[in-house]
Amino acid sequence: MTAPLLDVRGLRKFFPIAKGMLRRVTGHVRAVDDVSFTVQEGEALGLVGESGCGKTTTARCILRAIDPTEGQVLYRTRDDTIVDLAPMSATELGPFRKEIQMIFQDPFGSLNPRMTLFDNVGEPLLVNGMRSRRERMDRVAELLRLVGLRPEFMHRFPHAFSGGQRQRIGIARALATGPRLVVADEPVSALDVSVQAQVLNLLLELQSRLRLTFLFVAHDLSVVRHICDRVAVMYVGQLVELAATDAVFRRPRHPYTAALMRAVPVPDPRVSGTNAILKGEVPSPASPPSGCYFHPRCMFAEERCQREAPTLQEVTPGHFARCHFATELEL
Amino acid sequence: MPPIPTATDPLLQVRDLRVSFRMDEGTVRAVDGVSFDVFPGQVVGIVGESGCGKSVTMRAILQLIDPPGRITGGEILYRQGATPIDLTRLPPRGRLMRDLRGAEIALIPQEPMAAFSPVHTVGAQIIEAIMLHERCGKGQARAMTVELFRDVGISMAEQRIDAYSWQMSGGLRQRAMIAMALSCKPRLLIADEPTTAIDVTTQAQILALLRELQRKYDTAIIFITHDLGVIAQMANYVVVMYLGRIMEEGPVDEIFHAPLHPYTKALLRSIPSLNSETRTALPVIAGTLPHPFNRPPGCPFHPRCEDILPERCATAVPALHTLAPRRAVSCFLHSELAEPA
Amino acid sequence: MSDVQAIGAVAEDRIAVASNWKLVWWRFRRHHLALFSGGVLICMYLVVLCPDFFTTQDPQQTDARQAFIPVQTLHFFDDGWNPWVPAIAGKRNPVTLRMEWTTDPQRKVHVSFFTPGSPYRVLGLFETNIHLLGAADPGQRIFLLGSDRLGRDQWSRIMRGTQTSMTVGLVAVTLSVIFGVVLGGISGYFGGFLDQVIQRLIELLQSVPTIPIWLALSAALPRDWTPIQVFFAITVILSLVGWTTLAREVRGRFLALREEDFVLAARLAGCGRMRIILRHMVPTFLSHIIATSSLAIPVMIINETSLSFLGLGIRPPAISWGVLLQEAQNIQTLALAPWLLIPGLIVIIAVLAFNLVGDGLRDASDPYSH
Repeated sequence: MTAPLLDVRGLRKFFPIAKGMLRRVTGHVRAVDDVSFTVQEGEALGLVGESGCGKTTTARCILRAIDPTEGQVLYRTRDDTIVDLAPMSATELGPFRKEIQMIFQDPFGSLNPRMTLFDNVGEPLLVNGMRSRRERMDRVAELLRLVGLRPEFMHRFPHAFSGGQRQRIGIARALATGPRLVVADEPVSALDVSVQAQVLNLLLELQSRLRLTFLFVAHDLSVVRHICDRVAVMYVGQLVELAATDAVFRRPRHPYTAALMRAVPVPDPRVSGTNAILKGEVPSPASPPSGCYFHPRCMFAEERCQREAPTLQEVTPGHFARCHFATELEL
Repeated sequence: MPPIPTATDPLLQVRDLRVSFRMDEGTVRAVDGVSFDVFPGQVVGIVGESGCGKSVTMRAILQLIDPPGRITGGEILYRQGATPIDLTRLPPRGRLMRDLRGAEIALIPQEPMAAFSPVHTVGAQIIEAIMLHERCGKGQARAMTVELFRDVGISMAEQRIDAYSWQMSGGLRQRAMIAMALSCKPRLLIADEPTTAIDVTTQAQILALLRELQRKYDTAIIFITHDLGVIAQMANYVVVMYLGRIMEEGPVDEIFHAPLHPYTKALLRSIPSLNSETRTALPVIAGTLPHPFNRPPGCPFHPRCEDILPERCATAVPALHTLAPRRAVSCFLHSELAEPA
Repeated sequence: MSDVQAIGAVAEDRIAVASNWKLVWWRFRRHHLALFSGGVLICMYLVVLCPDFFTTQDPQQTDARQAFIPVQTLHFFDDGWNPWVPAIAGKRNPVTLRMEWTTDPQRKVHVSFFTPGSPYRVLGLFETNIHLLGAADPGQRIFLLGSDRLGRDQWSRIMRGTQTSMTVGLVAVTLSVIFGVVLGGISGYFGGFLDQVIQRLIELLQSVPTIPIWLALSAALPRDWTPIQVFFAITVILSLVGWTTLAREVRGRFLALREEDFVLAARLAGCGRMRIILRHMVPTFLSHIIATSSLAIPVMIINETSLSFLGLGIRPPAISWGVLLQEAQNIQTLALAPWLLIPGLIVIIAVLAFNLVGDGLRDASDPYSH
C-alpha cells in the first residue's frame, strides 16, 4: 500500500478578531479546527459543507494560498519522498507549484480579462520554463482540445465566452503544467444546470485519462456523489464524517450528514420533502457551542453531547464519524 | 400539493408578452411571446436557465422594466375586482400601479441584502409599507410587524425589528424579506430565486415556511428558479422557459413524469441527483446557449435538439399548443401550428 | 451552422478578438462630443510640436510704436481666394497723447499661406523658414489677434505659449502618475508598515495648503536660472502634490485586485511578484488611470497659468498662457485692449476639451456604467 498522495494532519486555521482602538486580539475565528484526512493517488475526495464550514479555507491552506496556523500538509513527490508543505516559504514551494493546481468557482473572475486565452492558459508554462512561443502555442492548442474547445480560440479574449466555456478554459489552465493534484473549489456552482453536466462529465473524463487526483470542494451533495470516491463532511471548521461515497449516501453515520441529505429537494413531486427539517442556524465559527458543535440542532442530542466534544472515530472500516452515538443511530 | 382550483377565474393572465432590450450591439428579445395563467391560491413554478427570460417576465408583471428595456407587445391581465385590468397599459410610476405593488402583488427578490436599506432597521421599512397601504397608525403597524416576524419564524421578534439587515444571517434576512412581502397580505407573491443564495438546510426551512404561509394566507405564488428539485417540492403548475419562450407548461406531476418537450426531457435527464448512478457520465444537452444577439431562426431550441425535424424546426417557430386544459407545449413533434412569421 | 448563425458569428468574432483597448476605443467613438474635443486637442498638440510654423512673425519682436494694435480679422475672399487683413491706421490723440488705432477695411494687406518668414528650427533638428501664414510682403507685420503693450504680436505669442503650457500640463501629470502608481502600488501590494508610512506621508502632503507651498517653492527658485530650468522646476513642483490622489486610488485598486481569483491563479502558477504586479494588476486599471490623468491635466494647466499669472511661475521672456495673461492684469489696459484676454479663452477651450475627453475615456473604460 503506497503512501497517500496527500496526508493532511491536524490542520488548523484561526483568524484573530481584533477589537478596539488598540486592536487587541479578543478571540479567534476557528475557520479550520483540527482537520485530518488522506487522499490516495488517482482518487477524488469531496469536501462538503455549507457556508462557513471551512472547506474553502482548508483547500486554500493545502494550496498554500493562505498560511495554516498549525498542522501538516504532507505531500508525496514524484520520487516518493514526503514533504510537509505547511511551513514552507514561497521559494521552497516553487518547484511544487506545478504539481498542485486549482480550479476556481467564479468563471468570470478567474481569468485575466486583458489577456487572450493563449496568455491565460500559457502563463503557467511560461513561468515554469517553457520559453519558446511555438512550443507554448502547441501545448495550449493541445490543452484547449482536451477540454473541448477549438484551438483557434486561443487568440480570443475571455469576454467572448460563456460561463461554461470559461470554466473549461480555467480547467485547461490548471492542467497546463501537468499537475498530479487538482483542487477544485466549487467548479460548477456558478453554472447553469445543463452546463454543469457538461463540465462534470469533462472532469470525470480528464480524471481517468490523466490519472489526476482531485480534492473537490462543493456544497451540492448530488454533484459530489457524481464525481467523488470518498466524501468528507465539514461543519463549523471540523470534519464530522469521512467515508466512501456509497457508504455515506447509503448509511450516513452523523446526524448532520443525514440532515444535509434530507434537505436536498428531490426533483420528483411524488416524493414529499416535509419531514424532519433541520432547525436553527449554523453557529458562528468565532464562538462555537460547547461540546459537540452540532448539539443545539441535533434531534438526538443528549446531556453528554453538550459536555463532551466527540472525536473522529472509525465506525466501520474506512468510515469515520464525529458523534458519540455514531454506531447506534439509524439515520 | 393542493389541487388546482377549476371553478374560479384566473387571478393573473399573461398573454403573448414581449419584452425587448435595445442595446448598442443590437436588440435582445428577452421575452418573446409568453402566455400563462395563475389561479388564486396556486403555486406556479417558472423554471429555466440563464437567459430564458424568467426574471424579465416577473419584472414586466410588476412594471419594473427600465430603459433600454420595453414591453413591446402582449397584455398582463390582473383581476383586482370583477374585471381584469391590463397592467401593461398602466403607467409604471402611476398611482394605480404603486397601489398594486406591495399591497396586491409582492416580490421576494433573490438578494435580500440588496432589497433592504442599509441605513434603516428592517422593522422600519415594513412598518412604513404597512402604514402606506393599510392606512393605520405607527403603533398598530408595529404590532402587526411583530406578529408577522413571529409568523415567519424569527425568534425574539420584538428585538429583531430594530435590527439592521446586515446584522442578520442569510436565513434570517430572507425570512424578514418574506415578512415584508407578506406585510400587506398580497394576493400574488412573486418569488425570484429566493433560495439560490442560501445554504441547502436553510433553503429547506424557507421552503417549508413558504408552503405553510401559502396555505395560511391562500396567496398565489409565482416561483422562479433554475432548481428542478425546488420546483418539484413547491409548485403545482410548472412553466418551462428557454430563450424567452415557453417550451412546455402543465401540472407538476405531468411535467416530471410525462414530459413532452425535448428540452424538458433533456433537462430532467441531466441533473445529478441523489438517486442516480455515481461516477458515470451524465446525459448532457449538446451545444451551448446561443449568444443573445445571435438567436437561431425557427424554434429557439432546435440547434441543440435530438428529435429535430430538419425542415420544419429550423424555419418556423412552433406556437404554444394547448393539448388539454392547462397543458401546453410548443414543439412541432406535438402540433403543426407555427407562429405567424 | 445555418447562414444566419454564421453572419451573427462573424460580428461575434470581431468582438471576440478585440482587446480591451479596441473595446474602449469603440465605446469612446460613440461619444461625439468627446471625439470632437479629442480632435481639438490633437490640433493643439500639433502646435505644441512645432509652434513656430504657426507663428506669423517672431514672438519676441518688439516695436513700441505698434503697441495695442487691435485685432486684424482674417478674411479669405476678395474676388476669389485671396486672403487679406484690413490695414491699420494710427492717429495720435491730442489729449491723452496715446496712439489710437483703427482698422481700415478699404486698405488691404494681403496674406499668403506657407510663406517664407523668420527662420526657426523644427524640433531642434532642421532649419526652415516656412510659416503657415504671414503677410505677402515680408516687411509688413500683421496682427491677427492684436498686439500688446510692447508691440508684440499676440497670435504668435499665443502659439509659443501653447507649447509651454500644454507641455507643462502633460509632463507634470506624467510625473504625478509615475509617483502615484509606484508609491500607491507599493502601498497597496505590500501593505503593513510600508503602507502605513506612505499613507501618512500622503495625508501630510494633502493637509498642507498648496498655494503657500507653491509660492514658497517658486520664490525659492534662484533668480538666475534660465527659463528652461524654471520651466522644469515648476513642473516638478506642480507634480509633487498632484500624485497623492492618484496614489490613494491606485492603492485601493491594488488592495481589491490582490483578492481576485486570477491574481491567485497567477500566484499558484508560480509567478513572481513583479510579474503579477506588472502583467496582471496594472493593466486592469491602466485605462482608468489614463482617464483620471486626462482629467488631471487641465488642473495642472490652470495651476501653471495661475502661478505664472502671479509672477511666480514661468517668467518672461519665456511665454506661457499665464505670462500672457499677466499683460491683462491692469484694468486700464483691459479697457484699451480687450483682445489681451484672448489667451484666457484659449485656456478655457483647452481645459474644456481635456475634461470632455477625460469624461469620455472614463465612461468608455468603465464597464459598469451601462
